Amino acid sequence: MSDAQKTSTSGGFGRALVAVYAVFALAAAARSIYQLVAKADEAPVAYALSALAGVVYVVATYALATDRRALAAATIGFELAGVLVVGLLTIVDADLFPDQTVWSDFGAGYGFVPLVLPFVGLWWVRRARS
Amino acid sequence: MEHSDGRREASWTEGHELNDPIAYGVLVVAVAVAAFAGWHLWRDLPFSNPLFYAVIVLELVLLAVLVGGVVALTTTSRDVEGGLFVSYLVTMVVIPPAAVLWGIAEKSRWGSGVVVVAMLSVAVLSLRSLQIWKGTYV
Repeated sequence: MSDAQKTSTSGGFGRALVAVYAVFALAAAARSIYQLVAKADEAPVAYALSALAGVVYVVATYALATDRRALAAATIGFELAGVLVVGLLTIVDADLFPDQTVWSDFGAGYGFVPLVLPFVGLWWVRRARS
Repeated sequence: MEHSDGRREASWTEGHELNDPIAYGVLVVAVAVAAFAGWHLWRDLPFSNPLFYAVIVLELVLLAVLVGGVVALTTTSRDVEGGLFVSYLVTMVVIPPAAVLWGIAEKSRWGSGVVVVAMLSVAVLSLRSLQIWKGTYV
């Protein structure tokens, strides 16, 4: 397959993957900026988390686009942990996050793409190495 | 429903802003371009000229919606979160050129894949912008 011949994480399938990451970087970062500017004191935990998620997606997008594998693996790993932990917490204790974040309910508000994306991302970083 | 001060008249006029057809119209065009790009992906085709023109058509629609949206925002009596609404419209205008720049450099089918991702994003943003306009999305 032509995909396997590509060595950069931004080539082949990675080209589309970076686009998906860019969309989520934009969604998470823009949402957190809006939340922090418009209503910072309503749900500080959720908004701080939105900001963190935004930074993680932005850095992951940058790392994948510029073929920085270690950074990509680290941020995507953090993203995976984030969506699992926050997803679990929002199920266990809904009061902890009174407002939505990208990772709430395992990313249900975004069609569960935030849950699937880190698995695809880690698979791709691993595969692009060979 | 009648108001002697003419408010009924005003709200009737605003009922003719045709927001649902516009938002769903953008949605249909974006999904159509996404399907066209998906067909490229399926047939193992890279970013093509016809696909480029299709994206251009959507971009022109989005520019018109941005202008129309800003005008509608200044004339409506709705309590719309204006900054949020306009930021969605601007984002929708920015996405297609960004997708073209990013996708056209890729010589494999995944250049078309970038367009699929971008067009579906525009479709979702169109629905969300309608919800913001109606105040049904927080």
